[in-house]
Amino acid sequence: MLGDGSLERLKREGRIVVVGASLAGLRAAETLRAEGFVGSLTMIGDEPHEPYDRPPLSKQVLLGRASADHTALPRLRSVEATWRLGVAATGLDMAARRVRLADGDEVPYDRLLIATGVRARPWPHEAEAELDGVFVLRTSDDSAALARRLDAGPKRVLVIGAGFTGSEIASACRERGLAVTVAERGAAPLVGALGGVVGAVAAEMQREHGVDLRCGVMVTALEGDASGRVRAAQLSDGSTVETDVVIVSLGATRNTEWLAGSGLGAGPRGIACDAGCRAFDIRGIVTDDIYAAGDVARCPHPLFGYQFLSLEHWGNAVTQAGIAAHNMLSESTDRIPHLEVPAFWSSQFGVNIKSVGVPSLGTEILVSQGSLKDHRFLGVYGYQGRVIGAVAFDHGRWLPFYQELIETTAPFPPAFPTVDRTSDGQRPLDADFPDPSVPTHGPTVTLGGYAPADRRMTFTPAH
Amino acid sequence: MTQSLLHQILDYANRANPYPIYEELRKAPVHHDDGGPYVISTYYEIRSLLHDPRISSDARNLASTTRDPLAEPAQEESALPPGFLRLDPPEHDRMRRMTNRPFGPPHSPHRVDGMRSELHDIVSGLIDGIGDPGRIDLVEQFSYPFPVTVICRLLGVPREDEARFHTWADTLAASLDPDPDADPTERGKGAHDARMQLGMYLAGLIEERRRNPGDDMLSQLATAKGEDGPMTTMELLSTAALLLIAGHETTVNLITNGMLTLLRHPEVLDRLRTDPQLAVPIVEELLRFEPPVQLVPQRTTLADIEVRGVTIPKGASLWLVLASGNRDPQRFADPDRFDPDRGDIQHLGLGSGIHSCFGAPLARLETQLALSELARRLENPRLLEDPPPYRQNAVLRGPRQLPIACDGIRP
Amino acid sequence: MVRIAVDLNRCQGYAQCAFLAPEIFAMHGEEALLYDPEADEAQRAKLAQAAAACPVQAILVDAVDVPAEAVSGAR
Repeated sequence: MLGDGSLERLKREGRIVVVGASLAGLRAAETLRAEGFVGSLTMIGDEPHEPYDRPPLSKQVLLGRASADHTALPRLRSVEATWRLGVAATGLDMAARRVRLADGDEVPYDRLLIATGVRARPWPHEAEAELDGVFVLRTSDDSAALARRLDAGPKRVLVIGAGFTGSEIASACRERGLAVTVAERGAAPLVGALGGVVGAVAAEMQREHGVDLRCGVMVTALEGDASGRVRAAQLSDGSTVETDVVIVSLGATRNTEWLAGSGLGAGPRGIACDAGCRAFDIRGIVTDDIYAAGDVARCPHPLFGYQFLSLEHWGNAVTQAGIAAHNMLSESTDRIPHLEVPAFWSSQFGVNIKSVGVPSLGTEILVSQGSLKDHRFLGVYGYQGRVIGAVAFDHGRWLPFYQELIETTAPFPPAFPTVDRTSDGQRPLDADFPDPSVPTHGPTVTLGGYAPADRRMTFTPAH
Repeated sequence: MTQSLLHQILDYANRANPYPIYEELRKAPVHHDDGGPYVISTYYEIRSLLHDPRISSDARNLASTTRDPLAEPAQEESALPPGFLRLDPPEHDRMRRMTNRPFGPPHSPHRVDGMRSELHDIVSGLIDGIGDPGRIDLVEQFSYPFPVTVICRLLGVPREDEARFHTWADTLAASLDPDPDADPTERGKGAHDARMQLGMYLAGLIEERRRNPGDDMLSQLATAKGEDGPMTTMELLSTAALLLIAGHETTVNLITNGMLTLLRHPEVLDRLRTDPQLAVPIVEELLRFEPPVQLVPQRTTLADIEVRGVTIPKGASLWLVLASGNRDPQRFADPDRFDPDRGDIQHLGLGSGIHSCFGAPLARLETQLALSELARRLENPRLLEDPPPYRQNAVLRGPRQLPIACDGIRP
Repeated sequence: MVRIAVDLNRCQGYAQCAFLAPEIFAMHGEEALLYDPEADEAQRAKLAQAAAACPVQAILVDAVDVPAEAVSGAR
């Protein structure tokens, strides 16, 4: 767009459609209005709820401290939108600039923002997934249903997958005094995101809190009783776990199927976009009217070799949505790049876990502060001689320093002494990540290669 | 010969308005001359260093303090061990965790919130007792007795003993005072004596609380059985002394600086009179604009570190001038304007990182309540002296007296 | 009702909110924060205290002047 007034016209009377009415969609809408967009704004969401916050769903809600239908996101300003909730988008016509909806409607746009996020990966065996008592946890309805079932006091809960969400669920269940078994295919909880050294700490935390943690096993089958209620799970080590609630926590799938055949560079890895959040088409040409933000977007990051990165992170959704909205209304020279360093948090078993950078890229880890056995420490990850990530267990106030090391590509291992260096931190250890070709349950950062149209997918659940 | 910037900060003549000196300082983000401390004065650099694990708060890591006018004299063997303010992790974390147990969440989430009505009663009582509205010393009659009473109740120190520890606390605060003309040995000795006497007094009190525990903090610290175990008697003594002194010497300045600032900005004072909720952003802006702790002089480097292209050697003494960072135009638009409506007030007034102010929530509540009640009840208040006389202390900076007058006291 | 969200990436566990509005915010262990995503209107004053006191400004609260917006599936 040149200085021909078209941008002003867009702001004044344009039509902007946001597909995905969650955190990223809402923050983008607020930014659009804050930046002077007075045209028509349509928010499309497949769930019937207004935008709500997800992190409480696996924590406060399961603990019984908040109810699942009361986590609506605060409104920072009025967005004056037309809301189409409970209606999924089913198709995109890029040439005609229209979004097709499940009810047959078509919504025309001048600018489109796609923020459809991810959904929980379901239990692969469909009939077993249908059993009463088998849950996933992603949406507020999922959380409400699960919380109701936990209220009823099940005899034993089985959590399949010890990624962040699975571990948080196990933590909440133990806090409520419920018997919990966790089955994890990897060697330890959180191993895909944080590696084996830190995974061992996570395993210790689970066991200290009374979780029956079983690693290196897969659940091979779920069994139901005559009335269709789940009753037991068969494990690959030949054992059986009797359980009346099973929570499948095997990570997420990106909501891009509705874009199949549209010509947009969208696939199982997400929607490829440039650093300014503009989506690529399948030919690798960047569009100028379609933007993507949040969990569904993947964009090249200069700190990580310009590989496409997908970040399933709350903070990323907020920042990227703001940037996409801003760029949508800006001349090319006024656009801003999305360069956020990935950051993530989880709280489980009374410990606050935070990370910055991409720990899962690391090959080595140095426990630079604190000690593993106290479950209070700071671990810094190294990759090819530079600092690539850091994780903190109840040590969050130090993280800004390590973020700076990542941003400045500081050498690894860090050569300097720090306060609270213990015997754990005398030398770097092998970070002990599983073979990347082996799937894990919640890496939270996915490196997506270099090609915008890359549609290959490495995750193949063997269940 | 012109004074070095360092000495200008310490020079009493500049106490009423040190901000132009800070502005000079900020021209070089790392100021260092004559073998003295490295002085950091810009917002982002200060904030980074407060989160930097290569920076120690433990005086034992200092290479030399001879040229640092704020260096503490060496402690004798018999003196109390340092409080957690002067410790590094893991000792710092353990002590702070134990101290927090009877004070705040997760173990005592309602302690501070539950003091609201008590705070209100203390404030009302002090304002009721003001007497002649024609000449009030706000420090003597209000800003000093208020936090002192609060810290006494919190710790479980009998009110009738207040005068005694008042003297000790004053002496100890003055020992942080960089009066260049004072004999450092004398200053050190006075502080040492005060510390010993305070320690003995508290030891007696702790013994008494161990026998008859109440719900005060001292009783709970003395009888604690948390995951970290009990504090040793020496740890308990130094922690109690730290809380007592910090509780005395900072909130008084925040309240006094606050009223002084409001009297200099009568339009804000007027708004506060009708809208007590405005006290919330006012206190945050005050913590930016006139922070009670102007600088943190007690940090040192564990390694050679580079700050904005300057190498600070291992073992060097660092001063982090919080009050200057708070006025850094790189961070705050129009920084020298007092403006409680600025949406963005992420100040350094209470520090940041692991050593951030332990008593912050209490100081906030006390000051919010103090200012909103003073605004509501004093009729047409005005300053009798501007600037008022300041205390010597450049670190814990605030007026010694704040003479004001008003037309009357509203009920 | 007042809606609340906390940016827990920013949160560093200073716990100012949990001191000042313990009905809404609670520490879970030393550093992790739990909060009620929805508070009574009567809590708004305490909520404002908590949000203002947050050293990293991580607490997001409904803006007071946002009008109730019809949110429904209807066109």
